[in-house]
Amino acid sequence: MTQATEVLLPASPDEASEQFGDGDDVTVIGGGTIVVPELTHGRLVPKKALLLSRAGLDTLAHQGDTVTIGAGLPVHRLAELADDAQALAECALNVADYEVRRQGTVGGNVCAQPGPDAPRGDLQGPLLALDAVARSTGAGGERSEPLEDFLASRDGRLLLDLSFERPAASAFAALRYPHTHAYTVLAVSGVRTTSGETRLAATGVAEHGVRLHRAEGAVDDRGVAALADVELADDALASAWYRERALPVLVRRVLATLEEAA
Amino acid sequence: MKLTVNGISHELTSPPLATLLDVLREELGITSPKAGCEQGGCGSCTVLVDGEPQRACLTPLAAVDGSEVTTVEGLGSPEELSAVQQAFTHHYAAQCGFCTSGMMIAAEAYVARGGTDDHEAIQEALGGHVCRCTGYVKIIDAVAAVARGDSFDLTTTAPSAGMTNLGGVS
Repeated sequence: MTQATEVLLPASPDEASEQFGDGDDVTVIGGGTIVVPELTHGRLVPKKALLLSRAGLDTLAHQGDTVTIGAGLPVHRLAELADDAQALAECALNVADYEVRRQGTVGGNVCAQPGPDAPRGDLQGPLLALDAVARSTGAGGERSEPLEDFLASRDGRLLLDLSFERPAASAFAALRYPHTHAYTVLAVSGVRTTSGETRLAATGVAEHGVRLHRAEGAVDDRGVAALADVELADDALASAWYRERALPVLVRRVLATLEEAA
Repeated sequence: MKLTVNGISHELTSPPLATLLDVLREELGITSPKAGCEQGGCGSCTVLVDGEPQRACLTPLAAVDGSEVTTVEGLGSPEELSAVQQAFTHHYAAQCGFCTSGMMIAAEAYVARGGTDDHEAIQEALGGHVCRCTGYVKIIDAVAAVARGDSFDLTTTAPSAGMTNLGGVS
């Protein structure tokens, strides 16, 4: 199976971009935690596999108040950002387990398509609340756009990095996930910017994480208002009925934490 | 591609996308890493890659080319068990043995990074490892004992010579 696959092992970000090209027939392997089981069990037979483990995308940089996270950064290293964006660090430590957090990458988590039984991509939540900018390459070359837009059009793109401005405060609240499931049933992230704006986002409510725009703009109960931002579905982890009751609670918890930080 | 496994270097012929688990078990005949779920969720394939625990089933060979790998066979020998292996023996922390290799590798790394005997911290460190016999109490006791620096006299605690063959299920 694997012998028919052309394996590309770029040694720099530029080489990775070049070898990815338009992304046609290319399967990207970051840490391998999502793609490798697909190969092992024969569900995926790539024409070309682009292995990013030596591509030098595992960077984490601060420039003034801007934080830039390379797509190849292992998830566990986001714990280093506790002082910059508590919600992101907390969410990262909530992903899977010790070993998988060291192996899985930020890019893989953000770009993962929904699994067969539940949505993936826990990190999308805090990164959406941080209004992160996604820099990617692919057909038409390099582009930078808000993560919210990137998530809607990520097919055929190779994520290079994500950057965000340090917020005044951030908060994260999640339902505990059942053992052996690496993804959260439902999680809410919130950010208060230095100019006093509040941004909210949720994961576990759709195919990928979503900004809770209506909740952000609501004056009354923002927890209930958040229900207008999502289309809840039943999956292997929880029913829509349950999520409908839990989402407002998590939104209120996040807002309470943000208020405490004021 | 090359790997140094338990101190011995190997030139490998497996394809670049072969998993480290397949390379260890099929090409090198090292059977302590187990093929459990083969999707990263059970922990039974865990080995040390350059000193850090990693799921061998999730790791393409090309991603670890040139690395140093340690399996349970490299922790100690039947004559001279490592502290973790002694603790697992003393505390009867193996039932069917299938998860034991992964548990011991995770425990080895936990102790090496200065982990304490705090049960919650141990649970967090072993959180990616499933014991199908649900023998967690004794496993956690064993890890706590190593973290505390307990010493074990296995001549009085091991019920049979077979008990020292931890991780021997192939």
